[in-house]
Amino acid sequence: MRKLIIASLLLFAPAMLPAAEGPPLQKAHIDLHDQASLQRGAKYFVNYCMGCHSLQYMRYNRLAADLGIDEISLRENLLFGDAKPGDLMENAMRPEDKLKWFGVVVPDLTLVTRWRSPDWVYTYLKSFYLDPTRPFGVNNVLFPLVGMPHALGDLQGQQEPEFVKDAAGKPMVEGVKLIKQGLLSPKEYDAMVRDITAFLTYAGEPIQLERQRLGFYVLLFLAFLFVIAYYMKKEFWKDVH
Amino acid sequence: MSAEKTENLSWIDKRFPLTETWRAHLSEYYAPKNLNFWSFFGSLAILTLVIQIVTGIWLAMNYKPDATLAFASVEYIMRDVDWGWLIRYMHSTGASMFFIVIYLHMFRALLWGSYRKPRELLWIIGVIIYLAMMATAFFGYLLPWGQMSYWGAQVIVNLFAAVPVIGDDLSVWVRGDYVISDVTLNRFFAFHFLIPFVLAGLVFLHIVALHHVGSNNPDGIEIKDGPKGNRWSDKAPADGIPFHPYYTVKDFMGVVVFLALFSLVMFYAPTMGGIFLEAPNFQPANPMLTPPHIAPVWYFTPYYAMLRAVPPMWGSQFPGVVVMFGAILIFFVLPWLDRSPVKSIRYKGPIFKVALAIFAVSFVVLAWLGMQPASALSTLLAQIFTVLYFAFFLLMPIYSSLDKTKPVPERVTS
Repeated sequence: MRKLIIASLLLFAPAMLPAAEGPPLQKAHIDLHDQASLQRGAKYFVNYCMGCHSLQYMRYNRLAADLGIDEISLRENLLFGDAKPGDLMENAMRPEDKLKWFGVVVPDLTLVTRWRSPDWVYTYLKSFYLDPTRPFGVNNVLFPLVGMPHALGDLQGQQEPEFVKDAAGKPMVEGVKLIKQGLLSPKEYDAMVRDITAFLTYAGEPIQLERQRLGFYVLLFLAFLFVIAYYMKKEFWKDVH
Repeated sequence: MSAEKTENLSWIDKRFPLTETWRAHLSEYYAPKNLNFWSFFGSLAILTLVIQIVTGIWLAMNYKPDATLAFASVEYIMRDVDWGWLIRYMHSTGASMFFIVIYLHMFRALLWGSYRKPRELLWIIGVIIYLAMMATAFFGYLLPWGQMSYWGAQVIVNLFAAVPVIGDDLSVWVRGDYVISDVTLNRFFAFHFLIPFVLAGLVFLHIVALHHVGSNNPDGIEIKDGPKGNRWSDKAPADGIPFHPYYTVKDFMGVVVFLALFSLVMFYAPTMGGIFLEAPNFQPANPMLTPPHIAPVWYFTPYYAMLRAVPPMWGSQFPGVVVMFGAILIFFVLPWLDRSPVKSIRYKGPIFKVALAIFAVSFVVLAWLGMQPASALSTLLAQIFTVLYFAFFLLMPIYSSLDKTKPVPERVTS
């Protein structure tokens, strides 16, 4: 009987341990093979995010080479100021200014999809809601008391929080509802956020697709080598009884 | 072999025992003919050590052990160094694979009773290797200078602070600072570079000891004590076959399968869902921001779970630290705890089999618990499994002598 209790405890243990906090994430459904999506994401990032956020481990020309962007397009669409193709994607804002203006250290986003997740970034960009108590008038479901303004607010429009009661009966923000559409339809906005997420996922590990491609050939070689190794062993061991 | 080659060889042999060494350790080292799946892990452990040393040296060529540069230098390796990403993933995957191989290698010793007379010293050298490996892994984990590197090291070094009286000074002495800092990073890098070569030396001793007493086998029978004479020599054990070529070709097969599994992880899941490379470690170390949940890498989590399972006593965490280190050090006395008249699990009775199963399950469950945030339930479970873990060792003198064993055959079975 005691064994049974322990076994059942073990079985249900994962459910009884505290789960990850925060509201559920929406699936980003990104496709790293979709180069057009990555290119659009790069353009959106450079135009809407890079004023404050850097990609300090990513080089412009690496991005251009990987995403099939030629040098002219790179110079016209992605390079601003005196940035050169071989530069890292840093920005001109000084960290101490950022700290002063936003009250927080503005994070570099090169690896954001690796320590958060692509789904987190996707959901985050869709989870801003109006909150007059915040300095920029917005708050975020995924990131309460976020220090950043809704940089894509004009495009998405305005969202209102949806409250639910938590276990203690205190209201907490669970979701958002669009109350005023911006320049993009919700569908277009989702597509844009998906492109940005895809691009950031690429930037988090530019070699991703290449390593998967290469891995196939390595495994193919090892499979071939195994056949040789197997028959060699069999041949040598024929006389062991 | 041509006459000329023989001449060259004899020139060397007069000055260095090349042929003699080759014979003693490979072509005329007689290993039991009945070795099975479990014996692959010895050669795989050597392979993994070599992979770690070679990739490690190449990483060191581009890595900067400096708190302001370390994190960026790892990303530089991942992006700007030719094949740097592959070398880095090989090293990070290799670390976890090394522990998987070693845990299976140790489990094999438990199955076959390879720690028993006359292999006590062989086993003890092995436990020292395990300790050196853990030290290397611990030092190495700080080097990427991510959040988990930093806070993991902070937690582990703070364990030394729990030592009564000298604790605080001891932890400062280890860190070289009051918190984990650039000073700590520099010394950890130095040790992380050094210890693998000590490890290689220990592996050499491990093999010298192994070849002196001879390899154990799934039956736990000493082939040296059996009849003599096989196809190769009149004096060799009848149940032995030359390590080379028989086990070199067999191990090669194991190596290919192992490399395929290694590659599957390395090319398709290098982070292994956040277990081999933890997600918070993609954020640079920030001494001002403690992550909500700190857990060491998976291969340390069984011991971490034990540490957390022990409540503070007399206002000190020291008992937990003692339990944690005790869980590792107890391996040293294992050869003297087993009183069974037989070595291998094949001929041991049901009590030992159940005890070993409980031990293995406890280890895995503790590893899992160590990864979870602490809760009342997980602490209770960790306490239960910590007791079971130690019971395997401490009760062994009793249950191993009570156990009903089966008769051991004269010769190895195939």
